[in-house]
Amino acid sequence: MRSGITTAPIDSAALLREVAAPHNGATVLFEGVVREQNEGRSVNGIEYAAYRPMAERELTRIVQECCAQFDTADLIAVHRIGRLDIGEASVVIAAAHPHRAQAYEASRYMIEQIKLRLPIWKREEYADGTREWVGQGRESGIGNRESAPAARSAYASRNEEYDSLFPIPDSR
Amino acid sequence: MIVTALLFASYADALGTATVELALNSGATIADAIGALRALPGGSVLPSSPLVAVNLAYADTAQLLQAGDELAVIPPVAGG
Repeated sequence: MRSGITTAPIDSAALLREVAAPHNGATVLFEGVVREQNEGRSVNGIEYAAYRPMAERELTRIVQECCAQFDTADLIAVHRIGRLDIGEASVVIAAAHPHRAQAYEASRYMIEQIKLRLPIWKREEYADGTREWVGQGRESGIGNRESAPAARSAYASRNEEYDSLFPIPDSR
Repeated sequence: MIVTALLFASYADALGTATVELALNSGATIADAIGALRALPGGSVLPSSPLVAVNLAYADTAQLLQAGDELAVIPPVAGG
């Protein structure tokens, strides 16, 4: 298992090689990629900012939790920060497991936890030259009143939601 | 006692700084520190009960602070 926050481009193929092992029968690669539009606005690029020491710690925890939950050590998650162009990967997750259902589920678990828990923010740069922090408009800022326990219970209910959407078959 | 508050993204923009040294009475809670931050110029953008972390771990706003703690005020996250 490995996790990291980096300013450099992420080599997805290298992550695939890193999780490969003779006991694995399935490998899932997830790339989160900067796209050219968001909510109807044309986007030129995204700047990712982080509370880096905490982001590193939380990402390590997420991967460790996932390793324990799915009984595998062959999971890697890397998040990039800094300024990214359209088409560049901001997050790459490689999940290898003896069975495909668990490889998919582990990959999904990690990206959803990353989106819930990592102290990382993104500022979109629009075609008209303006920039805006995503999800931090006046209304969303005021609405963000979750205390940590409330956030934790939100993570738990979100996980139940994914469990129901993507049930893991009993036959492994 | 002195507590270091860290601000990020739109919160840092609004207060014009990423770091604030807060002088608080001993026995102060996170909520007290948030109150002090909200009283600063630009501080009104901070929610009264934001997501917070102390020394790199998410915390409840009722938690007591210690001298030297690092208090991070976390805007809505948007990783991925």
